Amino acid sequence: MGKTLVDKIWDQHVVVSKPGFPDALYINTHFIHEVTSPQAFDGLRKRGIPVFRPQKTRATADHNVPTINQHLPIKEALSRHQVEMLTKNTNEFGVELYGLGHPFQGIVHVIGPELGITLPGMTIVCGDSHTSTHGAFGAMAFGIGTSEVEQVLATQCILQYRPKRMKIEINGQLKRGVVSKDIILYIISKISASGATGYFVEFCGEAIRNLSMEARMTICNMSIEMGARGGLIAPDQTTFDYIKGRQFAPQGADWDKAVAYWQTLHSDADAEFDRVLTFDAADIEPMITYGTNPGMGMGVTHHIPSLEQIEDKERPSFKKSLDYMALEPGSALLGKKVDYVFIGSCTNSRIEDLRMVAGFVAGKHKADNVEVWVVPGSKQVEAQAKKEGIDKIFEAAGFQLREPGCSACLGMNEDKIPAGMYCISTSNRNFEGRQGPNARTFLASPLTAAAAAITGVVTDVRELI
Amino acid sequence: MKKVFQHLNSTAVPLPIENIDTDQIIPARFLKATTREGFGENLFRDWRFDANGDPKPEFVLNNPLYKGEILVAGKNFGCGSSREHAAWSIGDYGFKVVVSSFFADIFKNNALNNFILPVQVSEGFLHKIFSAIEADAEAKLEVDLEAQLIRIVASGEQESFDINPYKKACLINGYDDIDYLLSLRNNIEQYENSREFNF
Repeated sequence: MGKTLVDKIWDQHVVVSKPGFPDALYINTHFIHEVTSPQAFDGLRKRGIPVFRPQKTRATADHNVPTINQHLPIKEALSRHQVEMLTKNTNEFGVELYGLGHPFQGIVHVIGPELGITLPGMTIVCGDSHTSTHGAFGAMAFGIGTSEVEQVLATQCILQYRPKRMKIEINGQLKRGVVSKDIILYIISKISASGATGYFVEFCGEAIRNLSMEARMTICNMSIEMGARGGLIAPDQTTFDYIKGRQFAPQGADWDKAVAYWQTLHSDADAEFDRVLTFDAADIEPMITYGTNPGMGMGVTHHIPSLEQIEDKERPSFKKSLDYMALEPGSALLGKKVDYVFIGSCTNSRIEDLRMVAGFVAGKHKADNVEVWVVPGSKQVEAQAKKEGIDKIFEAAGFQLREPGCSACLGMNEDKIPAGMYCISTSNRNFEGRQGPNARTFLASPLTAAAAAITGVVTDVRELI
Repeated sequence: MKKVFQHLNSTAVPLPIENIDTDQIIPARFLKATTREGFGENLFRDWRFDANGDPKPEFVLNNPLYKGEILVAGKNFGCGSSREHAAWSIGDYGFKVVVSSFFADIFKNNALNNFILPVQVSEGFLHKIFSAIEADAEAKLEVDLEAQLIRIVASGEQESFDINPYKKACLINGYDDIDYLLSLRNNIEQYENSREFNF
């Protein structure tokens, strides 16, 4: 019987497999950031051990950093301390840091791919659940906790049990105005925020094949939002073309050898999956979430489910969620006033996202009632946007183009949505308080977010393009 | 002191809400510490305290009726962010066991790595536990890791739970994963030398 892609990569990385024990898996690339690493470095100090393979870990500062005036010291003392600790720890343990001011600085899941560090067939971990993003390259990438960060620093290995395998196939062509964010919000709305827990998901099918690398990253990024251990897409020519020539990508003879290997990285035709789901791309509309987990999503023209449509035992949680959002069961979101628009996060802050938004807003101006923040994923994205004149389009539209970081996706820095306000956001989580205490989040694609920025209300972007 | 988990007999705190994500357990703005201690004071921060920092009387942790070392929650507990701070805050507050009908993967690992036992029970048994606590806030639960059993003490109703044998041994004996991985050093170096592509 053939093997799935996950099993192929897994088998290539097993260092020790003993009955009764989880497998010890070798990790090719480990990313760290300021929030989930300090306690891991402390652990090494307590044990008196070094980082085992410091060249296989790369660090950046992203979660806590301000998105304006990054050249000045960080104002908030605790954030500043955490970022300083990252500098201290990486210096002391010999790990490469792309900190504030470095031309490679940015959101960890944006910089790995754009620097050519993320490659097919790799195992990649980071103390961040959106590490699944790197799966877009046909890598096995997943988020870990700080104790596991310490394991990887200490041994370049992690203990894992083999996950179950799920295949999600999206056939056919996307309709106008529908982009990759809509695909993943649609899938999560169908299978729920826990529908893939315990599984590693392989995305495939014509609609996935037709996506660019950056659009594929958006899909894999949100695998965790359906509970999946990770998500991945088999590499193809689109993948190889994206990687070629990037800063740390293999070159010359190494490149040819690498591509020959990467071409073997696909699930065999007779590989068996534990679960297979199939969707038709033509059924997908521009999506929006209305509740407080990413599974509570719907087509932007739809109505929120009524209480009668929700199972008895799920009603209290459903009602709690809508109370938080101050929304009525059964109501529509079209025309609902929004206060903030956030375009950013490891889900949608890459150059293609900014180009998509700029293409839509060129010659238009934001509505008076909205504040619009565009936060690029990295210094390189920011520089490219400026090179292409995207900054001028945003300025003319009344959008603020800020500096790179995680920003209002999780509101660890100053970029918080005020209590009670509605934000249409291209990020990945609409949890209570995620964007600031009592902030209310509608998750959507960059296009749908941009449409709301122009009209000031939840809008079907298809009517404006 | 070496941490272990073997057996617990305690009252429990009921939180019958589904999909409790780690942002609720500990909001991002409280993740700025660089040590593992002290996170308990911000456990369920925004459900527990209002904007002025005053306790919300309706939240269960502020209700003096409910206390104990066991937290009982609705399904899909610990979804979302991988922050281990969620497990640290639960442990720091004083919980040793979390009972739910379903746990998110990363949270489950993080809890086990901090000697907090996630006990996954059936929907039916979870409902029985909530009913028992509702009927009597002093109702005790007994968790026996060796036997992999959870029991409602008053009624004697019990259910067995799964845990992988490796993690069970770690909890009972106080081992951690790094001790085991460090013992594999030679295997790791052999693996590295055997790779044609060691990226």
